[in-house]
Amino acid sequence: MSLCLELFLSFLRIGAFSFGGGYAAIPLIQGEVITRHGWLSPSEFTDLMTIAEMTPGPIAINAASFAGNQVAGIPGALFATVGVILPSCLIVTLLSCLYVRFRKLSLMQDLLRSLRPAVVSMILSAGLIVLLPAFFGSVTGLSTLFSETNYRMILWFVLALLLLRKYHKNPILVMLLTGLLELASQVFSKIQIR
Amino acid sequence: MNAKAKERNRRLLQLFFSTLYLSAFTFGGGYVIISLLKQKFVDQLHWIDEEEMLDLIAIAQSSPGPIAVNGAIVIGYKLCGFPGILVSVLGAIIPPFVILTAVSMAYDAFRQNFVIQSMLSGMRAGISAVIISVVWDMGAGIVKEKDPLRLAIMLLAFLANYVLKIPVIVIILCAAGAGFLSSLLHAGRKENV
Repeated sequence: MSLCLELFLSFLRIGAFSFGGGYAAIPLIQGEVITRHGWLSPSEFTDLMTIAEMTPGPIAINAASFAGNQVAGIPGALFATVGVILPSCLIVTLLSCLYVRFRKLSLMQDLLRSLRPAVVSMILSAGLIVLLPAFFGSVTGLSTLFSETNYRMILWFVLALLLLRKYHKNPILVMLLTGLLELASQVFSKIQIR
Repeated sequence: MNAKAKERNRRLLQLFFSTLYLSAFTFGGGYVIISLLKQKFVDQLHWIDEEEMLDLIAIAQSSPGPIAVNGAIVIGYKLCGFPGILVSVLGAIIPPFVILTAVSMAYDAFRQNFVIQSMLSGMRAGISAVIISVVWDMGAGIVKEKDPLRLAIMLLAFLANYVLKIPVIVIILCAAGAGFLSSLLHAGRKENV
């Protein structure tokens, strides 16, 4: 099966099953793009999340364009993007046609009520799967746990969480700050080595 | 007839540039875009009335897929039917498509660069905090409600996904099934009373 078709089908699944917008797509994208196809490495995926957060537009479309491009150039990006919006186009158009009859959409809303907690958990799970390696390296056992732990990353993380939760700072600024802090400390350690 | 066609074209153009503009300059996800679309088409242009807009938003939010795209579809459909959908969806996806294609090309070229590499690696800590913060907000709302069904779904979904590595789609279908059953039970109870 050609790569473009695989991209199309993968992103079709992502588009069809991401309920609740934005972040809800992350576990699906992670499942398709890293676990199932290995199109991006976990660190490339994290970079993608960072870039998606800093650029306008829905995460799912950002991911489709980026992963599509990485895997199969601009045609890949086109196939992936069309795949991710096709389910929306069909389902939303159908519901809009029917909506006069189902004004309250109560069944849909009941389904969403029970989907939401599952979605929250899966975002957390997808987050942990890609983020923990950034903090602890590729831990194989207790003996490597402390030697590979990146304490500086944990420090930036705690600082960023504090700025977001306690001081309600803009996420883009917080990410730029952690980027600059890491850059500064790497420049500093390079100078020290010399 | 001619005047009608002219009015229609004017609306299609307005629709395209509105969704293009909002999609290119709105940070912060689907919910923000939807409220801006409402501002534009309900409060400013008066092409859709308030009540109907709320229903359209409900459709956009209950359907799968990016909420910004869903919002563009409902408004496009409402204003100009199928050509409206085409025009508003194109407007909504062109900016992220172009930007991310450019970024993807630059990413390959700059990945080895020391400054970019250090920045990206530090920003991994930042994006982790952003995601955890989102989960915190979404999860806190659910925990406060103390609805045992929703709490159970939250716990089981985490174990299923993180520990047992059960695919996301299977978990979504199970959670939807649980919601469907509880909806049936509630409906039954109401009828009995």
